[in-house]
This record gives sequence, C-alpha cells and structure tokens, in this order.
Amino acid sequence: MEAFVTHTGTAAPLRRSNVDTDQIIPAEYLKRITRHGFEDGLFSSWRKDSDFVLNRSEYQGVSILVAGPDFGTGSSREHAVWALQDFGFKVVISSRYADIFRGNSGKGGLLTAVVDQSLVEQIWELIEADPATPVTVDLEAREVRVGDLVAPFEVDDYVRWRLMAGLDDIGITLQYADEISAFEATRPSYKPTTK
Amino acid sequence: MGRTLAEKVWEAHVVRQAEGEPDLLYIDLHLVHEVTSPQAFDGLRSAGRPVRRPDLTLATEDHNTPTIDIDKPIADPISRAQLEALRANCAEFGVPIYSLGNPEQGIVHVVGPQLGLTQPGMTVVCGDSHTSTHGAFGALAFGIGTSEVEHVLATQTLPLKPFKTMAITVEGELPVGVTAKDVTLAIIAKIGTGGGQGYVLEYRGSAIRGLSMEGRMTLCNMSIEAGARAGMVAPDETTFEYLKGRDHAPTGADWDAAVEWWSTLPSDADAVYDAEVFLDAATLSPFVTWGTNPGQGLPLSGNVPSPADAVDEVDRVAIEGALAYMDLTPGMPLRDIKVDTVFVGSCTNGRIEDLRAVADVLKGRKVAPSVRMLVVPGSVRVKKQAEAEGLNVIISEAGAEWREAGCSMCLAMNPDKLKPGERSASTSNRNFEGRQGPGGRTHLVSPAVAAATAVTGHLAAPADLASAS
Ligand code: SF4
Repeated sequence: MEAFVTHTGTAAPLRRSNVDTDQIIPAEYLKRITRHGFEDGLFSSWRKDSDFVLNRSEYQGVSILVAGPDFGTGSSREHAVWALQDFGFKVVISSRYADIFRGNSGKGGLLTAVVDQSLVEQIWELIEADPATPVTVDLEAREVRVGDLVAPFEVDDYVRWRLMAGLDDIGITLQYADEISAFEATRPSYKPTTK
Repeated sequence: MGRTLAEKVWEAHVVRQAEGEPDLLYIDLHLVHEVTSPQAFDGLRSAGRPVRRPDLTLATEDHNTPTIDIDKPIADPISRAQLEALRANCAEFGVPIYSLGNPEQGIVHVVGPQLGLTQPGMTVVCGDSHTSTHGAFGALAFGIGTSEVEHVLATQTLPLKPFKTMAITVEGELPVGVTAKDVTLAIIAKIGTGGGQGYVLEYRGSAIRGLSMEGRMTLCNMSIEAGARAGMVAPDETTFEYLKGRDHAPTGADWDAAVEWWSTLPSDADAVYDAEVFLDAATLSPFVTWGTNPGQGLPLSGNVPSPADAVDEVDRVAIEGALAYMDLTPGMPLRDIKVDTVFVGSCTNGRIEDLRAVADVLKGRKVAPSVRMLVVPGSVRVKKQAEAEGLNVIISEAGAEWREAGCSMCLAMNPDKLKPGERSASTSNRNFEGRQGPGGRTHLVSPAVAAATAVTGHLAAPADLASAS
C-alpha cells in the first residue's frame, strides 16, 4: 500500500446524503473474480445521467470526493471502497460515515476525512465556483486546504498511523514475520500438511 | 482456574499478544473454494506477495459445480469463470487443488475431515461460514471473509479478538429415530438464531459423547445458524478411532505424541463458561423447520404456529412474514405439509451415514410420484463408498436421482434449484427465502425424515411408515 502523507488534487462535489453502498456499487458487480476494475460500477445508476457530477467535463480526473452526511451506509461490501479507489479517489470528505464503510476504507487505504458539515458546504461552493481549484488533504496536519479555507478534519489515530506508514492489515502482520517463523519452528511434527 | 477446550486451542496458537491489540493466531489449515478466493489471490498478485504456506492450504471446487454431466463444459459463465480462476490461482501460487473430476473432489467441509486433515486442537479457517463443521474434532474452526482469506494466504495468521464460551449440554440417551440434525434444530429453536452470537459453542454431555464423528459434524456445522462463529466437541476415543489410518493422520511415534496432546484438550472440570444451556435428550424428537430461518423449527408432531403465539411484536412480525412466504396456515399439523422436492446432501448431511439412513428408509419403498428426490453425496469419496455398499441402487430403484458430489441445491448456485413456489424437505442448513432458488420454500429436516417425506409426499418420520408398509 502506498504511504499517504499529503495529497493534492481536484475534487468533485456530491451533494447527496445517505449515499449507500448499493448506490456506490450495485450488487450485480459483486460476481466478478478480480480485485480491481470496479470503476465502471461506481455510482453506475447515477452515471447513466449525463449531468451527473462525475460525467461533467470540468470534473474529469478528480481524486477527492466531497459528499453529504452518512456516506457509505447499507451492506458491508468491501467492493464499495474498491470501486472508489479504482475510479481514482484517494480521499472522501463527509461529515459522517457508516461505521463498516469507514472500517473497510481504513483497511483498503482510502482516507475518509470527517469535516464539519458547515465547512463541507464551503468546500462545495469553492469547488463549484472553480472546479480546477487544487484541494490539499494534509494527513500529517489533519486539515483540508482549499484556497484560503483551512478545514480541520478528524481521523482515527490508528488508521492515520497506518495510512502514513503505508501499511495494510497484511503489511502490519508481516512486520511480525520473525515471530511467525519462530512460532512455526515450534509446531509439532504431527501437524498435517496438505501435500 | 481451569480452561475450556476452546481456550486451550486458542492459547496454543498465539503468535503475538499485545495490550489493546487483537491476538495474532496461527492457522493450521486453510481450506479454499472457488467463490470467496478469487479476489484474495488477486490482492496477493497485485501486492507481489506469495502464499506463505501452500502446504497448509487446500482448495476444492464445490459451490458452483454441476451434479450431472460433469465431463461437459460448465454452462453458466460466472460459475465457469470462478472455477477457472481457482484452477489458475492454485497453479500460480502452488496450492494443492481437488478439481471437478478428481477422486478427492467434494464439499470443502466433507473433504477436510475425510482426508484426516482436520484434527483435534487445530485452527481451521475457510472463506465459508460452515467451517464450524470441523469443530467436531475439537478444532477451533470458523468462517472468514475475502480480505481475511487474503490475510491468511499471505501470513498463515489472523488477528482475532477474544470470544466468549457457551456450554451446550445434552444429557441422556437420544430416543430411537432422533439424530444429530434433530438435536441441532432443537438447540437453535431453543436459543434462537442470534443466541450464539459472540460465542464459541461447546457441545457436551452424554448424548453428544454418544454421537458418531459424522453426527458431531452435523451438530457443529449448524452452530453458525445459532449465530455462533464456531462449535466444538472435545476429542475422545471416537475421534481418535475415526482419524486413525486416514491419509493425513499422524503415524507411528507421531500418532502417539498427537494422541497424548489431544487427550489434554477437553475442558477442565473446573473450567467456567460465559453461558450454559441444558437439554434433556429424552425429550427430543424428530424436528423440522416451518419458517424462513433455522430457529423457526418444531417437533414434527407439532402444528404450524400462529402469530397469536408470538412472544413479542418482533416475533409476531417474523411469524407472519414466514407463514406468508411459506404459504402455511396456523394450526395445521406439520405432518400435513406436502412437498414436491426432497434434497439430501450438503456439508450438513451429505456423508455416508446420512446416505445409509436414507437408503434404510427407501429400501423396498418408492418415492411418491408427486415428489422429485435428489441425492447428492458430499464428496466423490462418499459417492464411491455409497456405490460400493449398493446404496445408489436402493436410492435409484426407489425413484430418486443419484447425483455427482457438490453443494448443489443447498444454495442453488449450480443448476439444481427450486422453482418459484416449490416446496422442499431438505437436509441442508438454511431455509432463508430463496436460498434453494428464487421463491422456493424450504423445510430443514434430517436425512431419515427426508426419506420418509419422499415416500409419503408430506413431512413424515420413518416411524410413520412402519405401520403403512
Ligand atoms: S453445502 Fe451448502 S452450506 Fe455447505 S459449503 Fe456448500 S453451499 Fe455452503
């Protein structure tokens, strides 16, 4: 997993609340056998509308999604995080998230920044006025900067540490590879193998 | 203070323990099938990680596999893609695999035990909730999600939060005709589908000791239907007897060393459980489900319940919903429920003793003309054993279909499905709406009840037949 300290990119405003994981990626995409390539399923029903924000020319290449409250509710599918990442998102900004979605994001390396709704409104106005405005998400300082606006955000300490170190769950466990090897050396010879 | 079986197994696998963090547990056996593994392998590939211990990993094809014409290409493109992905992944990462057509192929939870791979005191995981089956050997065995599958493939460990323990004690002798399936359905009806949440269940007592290994597997298999992640039975002579001589069981001095350790695993006399449940074996009888979750079950001699019997509002809504979906009338005797399909198989009841029980009932009898009966062995080995005993002849002569091994109508991912409105008596483990096909209705039953039901065309126990024949 890539380490995340600061990220600067352009942002898309998603002026909707209660965006559930069925809207982020519908169930029909769950039958796939790959871990990547879910970008076509992201918000697929909304993207049928040419006016949907992610279809508009001024928001092509965005890497930050600024959404309304209660983002990521509904089914626990890990694919919702994968789809956002595959589309190119590095950060989601919202005032509130569903717990499971947030947990899955932390595991997958997608930053979910909790920003006050009044500041979310201000960010929306700035990126709507000028979609090319660079938005900086500084995980070290825990703040989002857009032009003159500085919006502090909350993030779980443990998730922040993991993102900054670029470690996923497996990466963390592999730090203890020596302990795993030491344990393996003590396993009795009667334990079966599948060979 | 004494320790429970589950605690002993847990402690024997702790790789790392740190304040405020989950324990890192070593995994002795990782079973893999085609549905929950493709993305895990894909994740390894994109991170450039190998499988740490392919020699502690075993793959088999089961969920999607057809049960007829297995030498022909698989028609459904998604099933085919998943099977092909598993084969390619196993080849790339060096994981042993039993593919369709291999003499060791079968349902993952039938294959592990019959090879002697599941042994007392082991930690066993699989991307499948019915991994609890393996707890019958005194192993700590539970299902995991796709990202955990990837984690185990890469590290052979899992970070886990501690669980609570629940003792389920069944004392006494089971009446004639009462099987492990009836015991498990009675337990789930008693504690509810959420009753085991957060617990590892340990089944104890003289009635459990008296069960065969296959019966214990049936019992542990459905622990998940009570909301528990795992169920266990302490290893004893029955366990050792079952294991001795199996392909992957230890031999010689290793066998002696293993038995010595296994014998230390049963819960200490002064061990304390977080919860305890008692059942009197003598009060149990053949059990069937009438509703749409495995906790909605009653003795076969009972009647369909009424929403008026509900204990609270939530229960009332649940009963009403289930009756509507199942198209049943309150007060109707369960024995009057007519079925058009009977399914024998699954990781719950697809083993040789289950097929023997079915053949016992079907011998010299015929499946009712209104009923279609499918018998699907849990593995190729079980199928061959049954054929060697002539069970397939009895089953076919009775008019049932004798199929190839796989999950089949347990979850209807392959072509074996109920049509909308069809009703089955099924030896599987889940009676959720649409589980056996969209709009299909499922009554969970034991193999003996399934066979008797096939003969009469309505829910019945073998004892009901004796007088008729
Ligand atoms: S038989 Fe049914 S419950 Fe068992 S592994 Fe297969 S699909 Fe799952």
